Amino acid sequence: MTQQALLSPEAVIQEFNKNGVSHVVYLPDSETNWMYQLMEADHTMDLIPVSREGESIAIAAGLIAGGKKPVVLIQNTGMFESGDSIRGLAQDCQMPVVMLIGYRGWTRHGPTPDSAARLTEPTLRAWNVPYYLIEHDGDADRISAAFEDAARTSMPVAVLVGDEYHGFNR
Amino acid sequence: MINQVDLMAVVEKHRDNGVVVPTMTGSRGWNEVSNNKDRDIPIGGAMGKASSFALGLALAQPELKVFVFDGDGSLLMNLGTLVTIAEKAPRNLYHFVLENGVYAVTGGQPIPGVNKLSFAGMAREAGYAAAFEFDDLEDFASRAGEVLEAEGPVFVCFKTVPEVQNEPIGLRPPSGLKPTRVAIKDVMADLGV
Repeated sequence: MTQQALLSPEAVIQEFNKNGVSHVVYLPDSETNWMYQLMEADHTMDLIPVSREGESIAIAAGLIAGGKKPVVLIQNTGMFESGDSIRGLAQDCQMPVVMLIGYRGWTRHGPTPDSAARLTEPTLRAWNVPYYLIEHDGDADRISAAFEDAARTSMPVAVLVGDEYHGFNR
Repeated sequence: MINQVDLMAVVEKHRDNGVVVPTMTGSRGWNEVSNNKDRDIPIGGAMGKASSFALGLALAQPELKVFVFDGDGSLLMNLGTLVTIAEKAPRNLYHFVLENGVYAVTGGQPIPGVNKLSFAGMAREAGYAAAFEFDDLEDFASRAGEVLEAEGPVFVCFKTVPEVQNEPIGLRPPSGLKPTRVAIKDVMADLGV
C-alpha cells in the first residue's frame, strides 16, 4: 500500500469542517493520537471526552436537541457497548447521530482473527444502522454522505474507519 | 426522607425557562408538577444516560438552565457520567439524584451499595462545582434559591421515599408522558433550533 492510499486525519477533519461539525464526542483509539492533536488545534470544534462510549451517543443526542452538529468518534469495541444508547436515544428519538467507528482488527487482506472486526458489520446490520467504509482519502467524501443520510432520515449512520492502524498516528 | 413530588414542586418554582430532563420514577413525579411541558424531556429506559443527554443539551445552550432528575439505580449504570460532566463543567447543569435505595419500577429491589455509598460524595470528588444532600423538605426549601442559583455543575442528592411499582407492566396505568422523540422536537421548536 502506498502512502497516497492511506486515509489522512487531515482529510477526515476537512470533512468535519465541510459539514459544520460543532462538537466531537470521543473516546480515543490507542492509534489515533495525531488526529486528536489536530482536532485540539481546530478551534471550530469543541472536544468532549467521555468516560465510556455509551455516553457519547446520549451526549450527541443532547447536542442535537440544542441545535448543534456533533460527530461521535469511538472504536468498534465501544460501539458494541453503546448498543442500547444507539437504540434508545438515537433511533427511537430520531436523532441524526453520525458515528465514526475505528474498525479494530479489520483487514481487506487475509484472515480476520479479531472478533471485534468480525462482528462489527453483522451487528450494525442487526441494529439497522446503515454504514459506510472508508479506507483512504479517496473515500473521505463518504463522511459527507453519512451526514446527508443522517439528516435526511433523522437516524444514526456509521462510518467505519478501516485505516485505523496507518495514517492516523505520527 | 422526602416525597419526590414535594421537592419537585420546589424546583418547579425556580426553573424559569429551564429544560427539565427526568428519567424513570422521576418522570411520573415531574409530570405532576410541571407547568411548562414544552420544556420537559422525559427519558425512559436509557440505562442511566439521561444525565449524558442533559450534558449535551447544556453544552449546546450555555445560557439555558438544564435540570436532570436522575435515579440512584440509573446513576449506578452510568457512574462515569460524573467525571465526564465535571470535565466539561457546564455552569448551567443541575444534576439531581432521587436516592430511594431501590429499583422502584421493577418492584423495589435494593440497589447495590444502599446505605453505604454517598452519591454527593462521589460527585464532589469527581469535580462538580458544588454538591449537596437533603433528606428534609423544609431544609431544601429554605436553601433552594442558593442551591439553584449556584454556578454549575451542581449535584443534589435527595433522600426520597420509594414509590414502588409492583404491578405487571401491562396492568400499570398509562404514564401520560410524551414520547421522548416528541418531547425533544417540542423543546427544539420552543428553543427555535
